[in-house]
Amino acid sequence: MTRYDAPTHWQSRYDHFIGGEYVKPHGGRYFENPTPVTGQPFCEVARGTAEDVERAIDAAHGAAGAWGRTPAADRALVLNRVADRMQEHLQALAIAETWENGKPIRETLAADIPLAIDHFRYFAGAIRAQEGSLAEIDDDTVAYHFHEPLGVVGQIIPWNFPLLMATWKLAPALAAGNAVVLKPAEQTPASIHYLLSLVADLLPPGVVNVVNGFGVEAGRPLASSPRVAKVAFTGETTTGRLIMQYASENIKPVTLELGGKSPNIFFDDVSAAPDDFRDKALEGFTMFALNQGEVCTCPSRALIQQGHYADFLAAAVERTREIRPGHPLDSATMVGAQASNDQLEKILSYLDIGRQEGARVLTGGARAQLGGELSGGYYVEPTIFEGSNSMRIFQEEIFGPVVSVTSFADLDDAVKIANDTLYGLGAGVWTRDINTAYRAGRAIQAGRVWTNCYHAYPAHAAFGGYKQSGIGRENHKMMLDHYQQTKNLLVSYAPKKLGFF
Amino acid sequence: MSDLVTVTPAAAELIRSLREQHGPLMFHQSGGCCDGSAPMCYPAGEFRTGSSDTRLAALTVDGVPEPVEFWISRAQWDLWQHTKLTIDVVPGRGSGFSLEAPEGLRFLLRSTLARRDHE
Repeated sequence: MTRYDAPTHWQSRYDHFIGGEYVKPHGGRYFENPTPVTGQPFCEVARGTAEDVERAIDAAHGAAGAWGRTPAADRALVLNRVADRMQEHLQALAIAETWENGKPIRETLAADIPLAIDHFRYFAGAIRAQEGSLAEIDDDTVAYHFHEPLGVVGQIIPWNFPLLMATWKLAPALAAGNAVVLKPAEQTPASIHYLLSLVADLLPPGVVNVVNGFGVEAGRPLASSPRVAKVAFTGETTTGRLIMQYASENIKPVTLELGGKSPNIFFDDVSAAPDDFRDKALEGFTMFALNQGEVCTCPSRALIQQGHYADFLAAAVERTREIRPGHPLDSATMVGAQASNDQLEKILSYLDIGRQEGARVLTGGARAQLGGELSGGYYVEPTIFEGSNSMRIFQEEIFGPVVSVTSFADLDDAVKIANDTLYGLGAGVWTRDINTAYRAGRAIQAGRVWTNCYHAYPAHAAFGGYKQSGIGRENHKMMLDHYQQTKNLLVSYAPKKLGFF
Repeated sequence: MSDLVTVTPAAAELIRSLREQHGPLMFHQSGGCCDGSAPMCYPAGEFRTGSSDTRLAALTVDGVPEPVEFWISRAQWDLWQHTKLTIDVVPGRGSGFSLEAPEGLRFLLRSTLARRDHE
């Protein structure tokens, strides 16, 4: 067990990063940034407004042309160098991210930061390998298709994986040759600046610009600007609709990732033997507590087949009780702090409505009091509810370490319950039978169906939503298309006129 | 229908304060991840409601000259019909583009099971 020290590399104040340098906010105002670990502020962050966003868009436009013309090999080299620099500072980045977000250090060390590093490398490779196309229309006519960058794009980043989600959006946009204006979440505005302190010298000025602030003051002017060619957003449905509304005013594309209420389905044959596979499935169940449940694909509905329902659920409750809460910087800690006080309060409000609706609490069900310096932090006990799919705790994203469990009779019943949701981002299927796995996986209306695994996020596996979970895909080379225009040159090699005129 | 949504005194005070700063207001209940499952407060008309939405209430708040409309998507309301909603406020940070975030506060929806004896 290792207990890492609280990070000391923070500046006391962060301004906006615009045009390759730090500039003070136009309004001169800052807001405090608390760590969810203790609830205590550790830095101040610029409170951006429309003027700051305009300045950042100016800088991005100044840089976009040259960056877009930079050879793909050189752009890829920049991304690879960013990845190398992150690799050299992996532990410090992980500690920063844990302090910023409240998540356990073992997750940031093993998942958040390594995945972000790999993501930059993946898109460095993807852009090198990308080709346009040509079509021979007839003997004299050729249609050439070129990929061109969009220009300047706006990206609004969520707070649940501040660095990884920023990377998911930055890496493909930069690889494709765009300049970016990025607004971090106001709950987690600082870790991206620590990352910038490590990599800013690698980036041409103006290619990456970071404007901090509140959604209404800084996010809105970015999302509604006619001078950004595209907006990418991860968050919730109402803001997603608002962003589409602004985009419609400017006739601009958006990509949206808006969450889900992901089913995790355990067929009877999971319990056919007390072996490694069953043990893995129990871990898969317990994945609802990963990142304190603050994951858009949190497996927050567990559907367990009737034949092994009681036994599997009892084992799952036992596994959940073994989740170790504690200081997020302690390497033995499995569940850390929720990212903010309002998030904590929202989770508690759902624990309340779940009980009112008659769901049974099998374990957890309350705020966790960890004492000492953590008493001001935002901690929740991993909670298992047992109920029915019509309950609100089965239908709404709680975004906490809360899973709602129900049973199903057969494959059709499982698929029916799984699809009885407004969302369709992720799902899990656990079975030893490949036919069942295939049928279930194809029938579930979700963009990602983890089959005999859960919560893996490798680059090169497309991630995105069906239904109200959003538009577009991330994490895959197809994301390049979301950041590129198609230019068609339709060329005639015929010397003779058509004969119309 | 206005008894479907009520407002705590703390939320009423915040609504009054936001009304003074931003003019007439509206709410739209959000779903989905991150700041979702929470009410978003906008200048009235900022968020365009449509046929996929339903207006649950036109809230009367002391000191606010006009009713404050509370909207939710129909699909979501279909799943919520058995509950009554109370808009509360807690210390918080961040809320999509909702107006209260810079105040260090966050609107929060509390729910109770509806008892509709008359239905």
